[in-house]
Amino acid sequence: MLSVRDLTAGYGAVTALDGVSFDAAEGEITAVLGANGAGKSTLLRTISGLVRPSRGSVTLAGLDLGTVPVEGMAAVGLAHVPEGRGVITELTVEENLRLGALGRGGRVGAADLERAYSLFPILAQRYRASAHVLSGGERQMLVIARALLARPRVLLLDEPSLGLAPRIVVQIFELVQTLVRADGLTVVLVEQNARSALSIANRGVVLNLGRVVVSDEAAALAGNERLRHAYLGF
Amino acid sequence: MQQLFTTLLTGLTLGMVYAAFALALVLIWRATRIVNFAQAPMAMLTTYVALVLIEAGYSYWLGFAAALLSGLVLGALVERFVIRYVDPRSEINPVILTLGLFIVLHALAALVFGARYRSFPAPFGLRGFQVGDTTIALTGFGIFTILSVLAVVVLLVLLFRYTDVGLKMRASAFNQEVARLLGVRVGRMLTLGWALAAVVGSLSGLLIAGGGLVHPSFMDGVVVYGFVAAVLGGLDSPVGAVAGGLILGLSLSLVSGYVGSQLVSLAALAILMAVLLVRPGGLFARVRERRV
Repeated sequence: MLSVRDLTAGYGAVTALDGVSFDAAEGEITAVLGANGAGKSTLLRTISGLVRPSRGSVTLAGLDLGTVPVEGMAAVGLAHVPEGRGVITELTVEENLRLGALGRGGRVGAADLERAYSLFPILAQRYRASAHVLSGGERQMLVIARALLARPRVLLLDEPSLGLAPRIVVQIFELVQTLVRADGLTVVLVEQNARSALSIANRGVVLNLGRVVVSDEAAALAGNERLRHAYLGF
Repeated sequence: MQQLFTTLLTGLTLGMVYAAFALALVLIWRATRIVNFAQAPMAMLTTYVALVLIEAGYSYWLGFAAALLSGLVLGALVERFVIRYVDPRSEINPVILTLGLFIVLHALAALVFGARYRSFPAPFGLRGFQVGDTTIALTGFGIFTILSVLAVVVLLVLLFRYTDVGLKMRASAFNQEVARLLGVRVGRMLTLGWALAAVVGSLSGLLIAGGGLVHPSFMDGVVVYGFVAAVLGGLDSPVGAVAGGLILGLSLSLVSGYVGSQLVSLAALAILMAVLLVRPGGLFARVRERRV
Protein backbone atom coordinates (compact mmCIF):
# COMPACT_ATOMS: atom_id res chain seq x y z
CA MET A 1 0.00 0.00 0.00
CA LEU A 2 2.70 2.46 1.08
CA SER A 3 6.07 2.05 -0.50
CA VAL A 4 9.17 3.98 0.59
CA ARG A 5 12.25 3.80 -1.65
CA ASP A 6 15.74 5.13 -0.93
CA LEU A 7 14.33 8.06 1.06
CA THR A 8 16.98 10.61 2.03
CA ALA A 9 16.27 13.85 3.85
CA GLY A 10 17.81 16.20 6.35
CA TYR A 11 17.77 19.59 8.00
CA GLY A 12 20.48 21.79 6.55
CA ALA A 13 23.77 19.93 6.69
CA VAL A 14 22.40 17.22 8.99
CA THR A 15 21.22 14.07 7.25
CA ALA A 16 18.36 12.61 9.27
CA LEU A 17 17.31 9.89 6.80
CA ASP A 18 19.81 8.05 4.65
CA GLY A 19 18.41 5.81 1.91
CA VAL A 20 15.47 4.34 3.82
CA SER A 21 13.35 1.74 2.01
CA PHE A 22 10.42 -0.34 3.30
CA ASP A 23 6.88 -1.36 2.43
CA ALA A 24 3.79 -1.12 4.57
CA ALA A 25 1.33 -3.77 3.39
CA GLU A 26 -2.39 -3.10 3.17
CA GLY A 27 -4.32 -3.94 6.33
CA GLU A 28 -1.17 -4.36 8.39
CA ILE A 29 0.59 -2.51 11.17
CA THR A 30 4.20 -1.69 10.39
CA ALA A 31 6.16 -0.59 13.45
CA VAL A 32 9.09 1.80 12.95
CA LEU A 33 11.44 1.42 15.91
CA GLY A 34 14.73 2.85 17.09
CA ALA A 35 16.35 5.10 19.63
CA ASN A 36 15.84 8.84 20.00
CA GLY A 37 17.28 10.63 16.98
CA ALA A 38 17.18 7.52 14.78
CA GLY A 39 15.08 9.42 12.25
CA LYS A 40 11.66 7.93 13.03
CA SER A 41 9.72 11.19 13.19
CA THR A 42 11.60 12.61 10.22
CA LEU A 43 10.58 9.52 8.26
CA LEU A 44 6.88 10.21 8.91
CA ARG A 45 7.31 13.94 8.26
CA THR A 46 8.97 13.19 4.95
CA ILE A 47 6.24 10.74 3.94
CA SER A 48 3.54 13.37 4.58
CA GLY A 49 5.52 16.10 2.81
CA LEU A 50 6.32 18.31 5.81
CA VAL A 51 9.98 17.62 5.03
CA ARG A 52 10.93 17.38 1.36
CA PRO A 53 13.34 14.54 0.56
CA SER A 54 16.59 15.24 -1.25
CA ARG A 55 16.40 11.78 -2.85
CA GLY A 56 14.05 8.84 -3.05
CA SER A 57 10.31 8.44 -3.37
CA VAL A 58 7.13 7.50 -1.53
CA THR A 59 4.16 5.97 -3.33
CA LEU A 60 0.69 5.34 -1.95
CA ALA A 61 -1.14 2.63 -3.94
CA GLY A 62 0.97 3.58 -6.96
CA LEU A 63 0.54 7.36 -6.56
CA ASP A 64 3.80 9.29 -6.25
CA LEU A 65 3.39 11.42 -3.11
CA GLY A 66 6.30 13.65 -4.14
CA THR A 67 3.88 15.61 -6.32
CA VAL A 68 1.23 16.02 -3.61
CA PRO A 69 1.37 19.13 -1.37
CA VAL A 70 0.97 18.63 2.39
CA GLU A 71 -2.54 20.08 2.18
CA GLY A 72 -3.45 17.43 -0.40
CA MET A 73 -2.38 14.38 1.62
CA ALA A 74 -5.72 14.04 3.43
CA ALA A 75 -7.55 13.95 0.10
CA VAL A 76 -5.38 11.12 -1.30
CA GLY A 77 -5.97 9.04 1.83
CA LEU A 78 -2.93 9.71 3.99
CA ALA A 79 -3.44 10.80 7.59
CA HIS A 80 -0.53 11.84 9.79
CA VAL A 81 -0.96 12.14 13.56
CA PRO A 82 2.14 14.09 14.58
CA GLU A 83 4.13 13.62 17.77
CA GLY A 84 2.91 15.52 20.79
CA ARG A 85 -0.75 14.84 19.97
CA GLY A 86 -1.59 17.69 17.58
CA VAL A 87 -4.88 18.51 19.29
CA ILE A 88 -5.84 22.10 18.61
CA THR A 89 -6.50 23.02 22.21
CA GLU A 90 -8.14 26.35 21.41
CA LEU A 91 -11.00 24.51 19.68
CA THR A 92 -13.68 22.29 21.19
CA VAL A 93 -13.62 18.51 20.88
CA GLU A 94 -16.38 18.65 18.29
CA GLU A 95 -14.59 21.34 16.26
CA ASN A 96 -11.43 19.22 16.18
CA LEU A 97 -13.51 16.33 14.84
CA ARG A 98 -15.29 18.52 12.24
CA LEU A 99 -11.89 19.66 11.04
CA GLY A 100 -10.93 16.05 10.35
CA ALA A 101 -13.85 15.54 8.02
CA LEU A 102 -13.24 18.83 6.21
CA GLY A 103 -9.89 17.47 5.08
CA ARG A 104 -11.41 15.08 2.61
CA GLY A 105 -13.60 17.92 1.36
CA GLY A 106 -16.68 16.62 3.11
CA ARG A 107 -18.82 17.62 6.00
CA VAL A 108 -18.95 15.63 9.15
CA GLY A 109 -22.13 13.54 9.04
CA ALA A 110 -24.13 12.25 11.98
CA ALA A 111 -22.95 8.73 11.12
CA ASP A 112 -19.30 9.84 11.20
CA LEU A 113 -19.64 11.40 14.62
CA GLU A 114 -21.61 8.45 15.93
CA ARG A 115 -18.84 6.08 14.86
CA ALA A 116 -16.18 8.30 16.43
CA TYR A 117 -18.16 8.47 19.66
CA SER A 118 -18.79 4.71 19.75
CA LEU A 119 -15.05 4.03 19.35
CA PHE A 120 -14.19 6.72 21.89
CA PRO A 121 -17.10 7.04 24.34
CA ILE A 122 -15.18 9.55 26.43
CA LEU A 123 -15.30 12.05 23.55
CA ALA A 124 -19.09 11.83 23.38
CA GLN A 125 -19.38 13.05 26.96
CA ARG A 126 -17.13 16.02 26.36
CA TYR A 127 -17.77 17.00 22.75
CA ARG A 128 -18.70 20.55 23.70
CA ALA A 129 -15.71 21.01 25.99
CA SER A 130 -12.61 22.91 24.99
CA ALA A 131 -9.98 20.37 23.97
CA HIS A 132 -7.46 21.78 26.45
CA VAL A 133 -9.33 20.22 29.39
CA LEU A 134 -8.72 16.70 28.01
CA SER A 135 -6.15 14.41 29.58
CA GLY A 136 -3.19 13.08 27.59
CA GLY A 137 -4.94 9.81 26.80
CA GLU A 138 -8.13 11.58 25.77
CA ARG A 139 -6.14 13.86 23.50
CA GLN A 140 -4.54 10.87 21.82
CA MET A 141 -8.00 9.38 21.28
CA LEU A 142 -9.23 12.68 19.87
CA VAL A 143 -6.44 12.96 17.30
CA ILE A 144 -6.92 9.37 16.18
CA ALA A 145 -10.68 9.89 15.92
CA ARG A 146 -10.05 13.11 14.00
CA ALA A 147 -7.66 11.39 11.61
CA LEU A 148 -10.21 8.61 10.98
CA LEU A 149 -12.92 11.12 10.02
CA ALA A 150 -10.89 11.91 6.89
CA ARG A 151 -11.37 8.19 6.00
CA PRO A 152 -7.68 7.54 5.35
CA ARG A 153 -6.22 4.44 3.70
CA VAL A 154 -2.89 4.90 5.47
CA LEU A 155 -2.52 6.22 9.01
CA LEU A 156 0.87 7.47 10.22
CA LEU A 157 1.00 7.45 14.03
CA ASP A 158 3.93 9.20 15.71
CA GLU A 159 4.63 8.02 19.29
CA PRO A 160 1.02 7.58 20.44
CA SER A 161 2.23 6.17 23.78
CA LEU A 162 4.40 9.19 24.63
CA GLY A 163 3.81 10.29 28.20
CA LEU A 164 0.77 8.07 28.75
CA ALA A 165 0.11 5.66 31.63
CA PRO A 166 0.68 1.98 30.67
CA ARG A 167 -3.02 1.20 31.08
CA ILE A 168 -3.94 3.93 28.58
CA VAL A 169 -1.23 2.77 26.16
CA VAL A 170 -2.75 -0.72 26.12
CA GLN A 171 -6.17 0.78 25.49
CA ILE A 172 -4.93 2.86 22.58
CA PHE A 173 -2.94 0.04 21.00
CA GLU A 174 -5.94 -2.30 21.23
CA LEU A 175 -7.98 0.35 19.52
CA VAL A 176 -5.50 0.69 16.67
CA GLN A 177 -5.59 -3.08 16.25
CA THR A 178 -9.39 -3.05 16.14
CA LEU A 179 -9.35 -0.38 13.44
CA VAL A 180 -6.94 -2.34 11.31
CA ARG A 181 -9.06 -5.50 11.56
CA ALA A 182 -12.40 -3.77 11.04
CA ASP A 183 -11.50 -1.29 8.27
CA GLY A 184 -8.46 -2.83 6.61
CA LEU A 185 -6.56 0.34 7.56
CA THR A 186 -2.81 0.41 6.88
CA VAL A 187 -0.86 1.77 9.86
CA VAL A 188 2.73 2.95 10.14
CA LEU A 189 3.41 3.15 13.87
CA VAL A 190 6.48 5.01 15.10
CA GLU A 191 7.28 3.99 18.66
CA GLN A 192 9.92 4.32 21.32
CA ASN A 193 8.05 1.69 23.28
CA ALA A 194 9.25 -1.20 21.10
CA ARG A 195 7.87 -4.07 23.16
CA SER A 196 4.26 -2.80 23.04
CA ALA A 197 4.54 -1.80 19.40
CA LEU A 198 5.83 -5.23 18.32
CA SER A 199 3.03 -6.92 20.24
CA ILE A 200 0.42 -5.46 17.86
CA ALA A 201 2.51 -4.99 14.70
CA ASN A 202 2.75 -7.40 11.77
CA ARG A 203 6.16 -6.19 10.67
CA GLY A 204 8.87 -3.99 12.12
CA VAL A 205 11.53 -1.71 10.69
CA VAL A 206 14.45 -0.79 12.95
CA LEU A 207 16.20 2.51 12.25
CA ASN A 208 19.57 3.66 13.53
CA LEU A 209 21.17 7.00 12.61
CA GLY A 210 18.81 7.39 9.67
CA ARG A 211 19.42 3.96 8.12
CA VAL A 212 17.41 0.75 8.18
CA VAL A 213 19.24 -1.80 10.37
CA VAL A 214 16.78 -4.60 9.84
CA SER A 215 13.26 -5.09 8.57
CA ASP A 216 11.38 -8.29 9.41
CA GLU A 217 8.27 -9.94 10.83
CA ALA A 218 7.38 -8.45 14.21
CA ALA A 219 7.65 -11.82 15.94
CA ALA A 220 11.13 -12.41 14.53
CA LEU A 221 12.33 -9.01 15.74
CA ALA A 222 10.86 -9.57 19.20
CA GLY A 223 12.60 -12.96 19.33
CA ASN A 224 16.04 -11.64 18.38
CA GLU A 225 17.70 -11.02 21.70
CA ARG A 226 20.83 -9.32 20.38
CA LEU A 227 18.84 -6.88 18.27
CA ARG A 228 16.54 -6.13 21.20
CA HIS A 229 19.45 -5.30 23.46
CA ALA A 230 21.33 -3.26 20.86
CA TYR A 231 18.50 -1.16 19.40
CA LEU A 232 15.18 -1.74 21.10
CA GLY A 233 16.00 -1.42 24.76
CA PHE A 234 14.13 -4.42 26.13
CA MET B 1 -25.76 64.05 35.94
CA GLN B 2 -26.41 65.27 32.45
CA GLN B 3 -22.73 65.82 31.86
CA LEU B 4 -21.97 62.28 32.97
CA PHE B 5 -24.62 60.93 30.59
CA THR B 6 -23.22 63.01 27.73
CA THR B 7 -19.68 61.91 28.50
CA LEU B 8 -20.62 58.24 28.64
CA LEU B 9 -22.51 58.39 25.33
CA THR B 10 -19.59 60.10 23.62
CA GLY B 11 -17.26 57.49 25.10
CA LEU B 12 -19.47 54.66 23.90
CA THR B 13 -19.45 55.91 20.32
CA LEU B 14 -15.72 56.54 20.36
CA GLY B 15 -15.12 53.18 22.04
CA MET B 16 -16.94 51.36 19.27
CA VAL B 17 -14.62 52.89 16.66
CA TYR B 18 -11.55 51.91 18.69
CA ALA B 19 -13.11 48.46 19.08
CA ALA B 20 -13.42 48.07 15.31
CA PHE B 21 -9.83 49.10 14.77
CA ALA B 22 -8.60 46.87 17.60
CA LEU B 23 -10.59 43.99 16.10
CA ALA B 24 -8.76 44.47 12.81
CA LEU B 25 -5.42 44.31 14.62
CA VAL B 26 -6.46 41.23 16.62
CA LEU B 27 -7.66 39.31 13.55
CA ILE B 28 -4.21 39.69 11.99
CA TRP B 29 -2.29 39.09 15.20
CA ARG B 30 -4.18 35.86 15.82
CA ALA B 31 -3.55 34.54 12.34
CA THR B 32 0.02 35.66 11.71
CA ARG B 33 1.47 37.02 14.98
CA ILE B 34 2.08 40.39 13.34
CA VAL B 35 0.96 43.76 14.70
CA ASN B 36 -0.12 45.43 11.49
CA PHE B 37 0.80 49.10 11.91
CA ALA B 38 -0.05 49.57 8.23
CA GLN B 39 -3.71 49.06 9.17
CA ALA B 40 -4.06 52.83 9.67
CA PRO B 41 -2.90 53.95 6.21
CA MET B 42 -4.73 51.02 4.63
CA ALA B 43 -7.98 52.27 6.18
CA MET B 44 -7.03 55.81 5.15
CA LEU B 45 -6.60 54.75 1.51
CA THR B 46 -9.93 52.96 1.36
CA THR B 47 -11.64 55.97 2.95
CA TYR B 48 -10.20 58.07 0.12
CA VAL B 49 -11.70 55.61 -2.36
CA ALA B 50 -15.10 56.35 -0.81
CA LEU B 51 -14.43 60.09 -0.81
CA VAL B 52 -13.47 60.16 -4.50
CA LEU B 53 -16.65 58.33 -5.45
CA ILE B 54 -18.84 60.53 -3.23
CA GLU B 55 -17.25 63.71 -4.59
CA ALA B 56 -17.85 62.40 -8.11
CA GLY B 57 -21.55 62.47 -7.31
CA TYR B 58 -22.25 58.88 -6.32
CA SER B 59 -24.23 58.14 -3.18
CA TYR B 60 -22.63 57.84 0.25
CA TRP B 61 -23.59 54.18 0.41
CA LEU B 62 -21.91 53.34 -2.87
CA GLY B 63 -18.74 54.97 -1.56
CA PHE B 64 -19.16 53.08 1.71
CA ALA B 65 -19.47 49.72 -0.06
CA ALA B 66 -16.57 50.53 -2.40
CA ALA B 67 -14.34 51.36 0.59
CA LEU B 68 -15.11 48.05 2.29
CA LEU B 69 -14.60 46.15 -0.95
CA SER B 70 -11.31 47.88 -1.68
CA GLY B 71 -10.28 47.05 1.90
CA LEU B 72 -10.96 43.39 1.15
CA VAL B 73 -8.81 43.52 -1.98
CA LEU B 74 -6.04 45.61 -0.40
CA GLY B 75 -5.80 43.31 2.64
CA ALA B 76 -5.55 40.23 0.43
CA LEU B 77 -2.92 41.85 -1.82
CA VAL B 78 -0.79 42.98 1.11
CA GLU B 79 -0.79 39.49 2.63
CA ARG B 80 -0.24 37.63 -0.61
CA PHE B 81 2.46 39.84 -2.13
CA VAL B 82 4.21 41.47 0.84
CA ILE B 83 3.70 39.63 4.12
CA ARG B 84 3.92 36.15 2.58
CA TYR B 85 7.58 36.70 1.78
CA VAL B 86 8.77 37.72 5.21
CA ASP B 87 10.54 35.10 7.30
CA PRO B 88 7.97 33.98 9.90
CA ARG B 89 10.71 32.93 12.35
CA SER B 90 11.84 36.52 12.79
CA GLU B 91 9.85 38.59 15.25
CA ILE B 92 11.10 42.01 14.25
CA ASN B 93 11.15 41.73 10.43
CA PRO B 94 7.36 41.71 9.94
CA VAL B 95 6.96 44.70 12.27
CA ILE B 96 9.56 46.69 10.34
CA LEU B 97 7.81 45.64 7.15
CA THR B 98 4.41 46.93 8.30
CA LEU B 99 6.05 50.20 9.41
CA GLY B 100 7.65 50.48 5.98
CA LEU B 101 4.29 49.83 4.39
CA PHE B 102 2.90 52.56 6.64
CA ILE B 103 5.28 55.10 5.12
CA VAL B 104 4.84 53.89 1.55
CA LEU B 105 1.03 54.00 1.72
CA HIS B 106 1.15 57.49 3.26
CA ALA B 107 3.32 58.76 0.46
CA LEU B 108 1.13 57.04 -2.10
CA ALA B 109 -2.00 58.71 -0.71
CA ALA B 110 -0.35 62.13 -0.72
CA LEU B 111 0.69 61.61 -4.35
CA VAL B 112 -2.65 60.33 -5.58
CA PHE B 113 -5.14 62.23 -3.44
CA GLY B 114 -3.11 65.26 -2.30
CA ALA B 115 -2.09 66.14 1.24
CA ARG B 116 -4.74 68.77 1.94
CA TYR B 117 -7.67 68.38 4.34
CA ARG B 118 -10.91 67.38 2.66
CA SER B 119 -14.26 67.11 4.38
CA PHE B 120 -16.03 63.78 4.43
CA PRO B 121 -19.84 63.58 4.53
CA ALA B 122 -21.91 61.63 7.06
CA PRO B 123 -25.06 59.73 6.07
CA PHE B 124 -26.95 60.66 9.22
CA GLY B 125 -27.34 63.73 11.37
CA LEU B 126 -24.42 64.99 13.41
CA ARG B 127 -26.57 66.86 15.92
CA GLY B 128 -27.73 65.31 19.13
CA PHE B 129 -31.34 64.28 19.54
CA GLN B 130 -33.65 66.72 21.23
CA VAL B 131 -35.49 65.41 24.30
CA GLY B 132 -37.68 68.13 25.78
CA ASP B 133 -35.33 71.08 25.93
CA THR B 134 -32.09 69.13 26.44
CA THR B 135 -29.87 67.75 23.71
CA ILE B 136 -28.56 64.23 24.12
CA ALA B 137 -25.00 63.60 23.00
CA LEU B 138 -26.14 60.74 20.84
CA THR B 139 -26.25 61.65 17.15
CA GLY B 140 -27.78 59.77 14.24
CA PHE B 141 -24.28 59.02 13.00
CA GLY B 142 -23.31 57.90 16.51
CA ILE B 143 -26.10 55.34 16.51
CA PHE B 144 -25.01 54.21 13.05
CA THR B 145 -21.44 53.86 14.36
CA ILE B 146 -22.50 51.69 17.28
CA LEU B 147 -24.85 49.51 15.23
CA SER B 148 -22.44 48.97 12.34
CA VAL B 149 -19.60 47.87 14.63
CA LEU B 150 -22.00 45.60 16.52
CA ALA B 151 -23.13 44.11 13.21
CA VAL B 152 -19.52 43.42 12.20
CA VAL B 153 -18.81 41.74 15.54
CA VAL B 154 -21.91 39.54 15.23
CA LEU B 155 -21.05 38.61 11.63
CA LEU B 156 -17.48 37.70 12.62
CA VAL B 157 -18.68 35.58 15.53
CA LEU B 158 -21.10 33.75 13.23
CA LEU B 159 -18.37 33.26 10.64
CA PHE B 160 -15.79 31.91 13.09
CA ARG B 161 -18.14 29.82 15.18
CA TYR B 162 -20.58 28.33 12.74
CA THR B 163 -19.03 28.05 9.28
CA ASP B 164 -16.50 25.63 7.85
CA VAL B 165 -14.37 28.48 6.51
CA GLY B 166 -14.34 30.06 9.96
CA LEU B 167 -13.26 26.78 11.53
CA LYS B 168 -10.46 26.41 8.97
CA MET B 169 -9.34 29.99 9.61
CA ARG B 170 -9.17 29.39 13.34
CA ALA B 171 -7.34 26.09 12.88
CA SER B 172 -4.81 27.83 10.62
CA ALA B 173 -4.32 30.57 13.17
CA PHE B 174 -3.79 28.22 16.11
CA ASN B 175 -1.75 25.43 14.57
CA GLN B 176 -0.58 25.75 10.98
CA GLU B 177 1.11 22.36 10.75
CA VAL B 178 -1.83 20.36 12.07
CA ALA B 179 -4.21 22.37 9.89
CA ARG B 180 -2.15 21.60 6.78
CA LEU B 181 -1.99 17.89 7.64
CA LEU B 182 -5.79 17.91 7.89
CA GLY B 183 -6.04 19.35 4.39
CA VAL B 184 -6.62 23.03 5.19
CA ARG B 185 -5.07 25.39 2.64
CA VAL B 186 -3.44 27.56 5.28
CA GLY B 187 -2.09 30.18 2.84
CA ARG B 188 -5.57 30.92 1.54
CA MET B 189 -6.93 31.21 5.06
CA LEU B 190 -4.22 33.74 5.98
CA THR B 191 -5.00 35.81 2.88
CA LEU B 192 -8.68 35.71 3.79
CA GLY B 193 -7.86 36.72 7.38
CA TRP B 194 -5.91 39.78 6.24
CA ALA B 195 -8.68 40.67 3.80
CA LEU B 196 -11.37 40.50 6.49
CA ALA B 197 -9.22 42.48 8.93
CA ALA B 198 -8.74 45.20 6.32
CA VAL B 199 -12.52 45.37 5.81
CA VAL B 200 -13.03 45.92 9.54
CA GLY B 201 -10.20 48.48 9.51
CA SER B 202 -11.82 50.25 6.57
CA LEU B 203 -15.09 50.45 8.49
CA SER B 204 -13.33 52.20 11.35
CA GLY B 205 -11.78 54.60 8.81
CA LEU B 206 -15.21 55.48 7.42
CA LEU B 207 -16.62 55.95 10.91
CA ILE B 208 -13.79 58.25 12.00
CA ALA B 209 -14.00 60.22 8.77
CA GLY B 210 -17.79 60.67 8.80
CA GLY B 211 -18.63 64.33 9.35
CA GLY B 212 -14.95 65.16 9.77
CA LEU B 213 -11.83 65.82 7.76
CA VAL B 214 -9.74 63.38 5.75
CA HIS B 215 -6.03 63.74 5.03
CA PRO B 216 -3.21 61.20 4.63
CA SER B 217 -2.54 60.89 8.36
CA PHE B 218 -6.07 61.15 9.72
CA MET B 219 -5.98 57.53 10.96
CA ASP B 220 -2.57 57.70 12.64
CA GLY B 221 -3.91 58.59 16.07
CA VAL B 222 -6.44 55.79 15.85
CA VAL B 223 -3.73 53.17 15.36
CA VAL B 224 -2.32 54.13 18.76
CA TYR B 225 -5.68 53.96 20.55
CA GLY B 226 -6.69 50.86 18.61
CA PHE B 227 -3.44 49.19 19.57
CA VAL B 228 -3.90 50.10 23.23
CA ALA B 229 -7.46 48.72 23.09
CA ALA B 230 -6.23 45.49 21.49
CA VAL B 231 -3.50 45.05 24.12
CA LEU B 232 -6.03 45.76 26.90
CA GLY B 233 -8.08 42.88 25.55
CA GLY B 234 -5.07 40.58 25.28
CA LEU B 235 -4.32 40.87 21.52
CA ASP B 236 -5.57 37.32 21.00
CA SER B 237 -9.21 37.73 21.80
CA PRO B 238 -11.76 39.40 19.50
CA VAL B 239 -14.15 39.77 22.43
CA GLY B 240 -11.30 41.35 24.38
CA ALA B 241 -10.65 43.79 21.53
CA VAL B 242 -14.24 45.02 21.62
CA ALA B 243 -14.23 45.25 25.42
CA GLY B 244 -10.83 46.97 25.33
CA GLY B 245 -12.13 49.48 22.80
CA LEU B 246 -15.16 50.28 24.94
CA ILE B 247 -13.14 50.57 28.16
CA LEU B 248 -10.67 52.87 26.46
CA GLY B 249 -13.36 54.99 24.79
CA LEU B 250 -15.30 55.44 28.03
CA SER B 251 -12.22 56.16 30.16
CA LEU B 252 -10.77 58.66 27.72
CA SER B 253 -14.13 60.37 27.42
CA LEU B 254 -14.37 60.65 31.21
CA VAL B 255 -10.83 62.05 31.38
CA SER B 256 -11.60 64.53 28.62
CA GLY B 257 -14.92 65.57 30.22
CA TYR B 258 -13.83 65.84 33.85
CA VAL B 259 -10.07 66.30 33.91
CA GLY B 260 -9.03 67.99 30.73
CA SER B 261 -8.84 67.05 27.07
CA GLN B 262 -5.10 67.70 26.86
CA LEU B 263 -4.54 64.69 29.17
CA VAL B 264 -6.26 62.16 26.91
CA SER B 265 -3.16 60.62 25.32
CA LEU B 266 -1.40 60.52 28.66
CA ALA B 267 -4.43 58.78 30.19
CA ALA B 268 -4.36 56.16 27.43
CA LEU B 269 -0.74 55.45 28.26
CA ALA B 270 -1.52 55.28 32.00
CA ILE B 271 -4.37 52.81 31.42
CA LEU B 272 -2.13 50.66 29.24
CA MET B 273 0.61 50.62 31.87
CA ALA B 274 -1.82 49.85 34.69
CA VAL B 275 -3.29 46.88 32.83
CA LEU B 276 0.10 45.53 31.81
CA LEU B 277 1.29 45.74 35.41
CA VAL B 278 -1.72 43.95 36.85
CA ARG B 279 -2.47 41.52 34.03
CA PRO B 280 0.46 41.33 31.59
CA GLY B 281 -1.51 39.08 29.23
CA GLY B 282 -4.33 41.59 28.88
CA LEU B 283 -7.72 41.65 30.56
CA PHE B 284 -9.13 38.78 28.49
CA ALA B 285 -6.12 36.54 27.98
CA ARG B 286 -6.86 32.93 28.66
CA VAL B 287 -4.22 31.32 30.80
CA ARG B 288 -1.98 29.36 28.48
CA GLU B 289 -1.58 25.75 29.37
CA ARG B 290 1.87 24.49 30.09
CA ARG B 291 3.25 22.34 27.31
CA VAL B 292 4.33 18.96 28.63
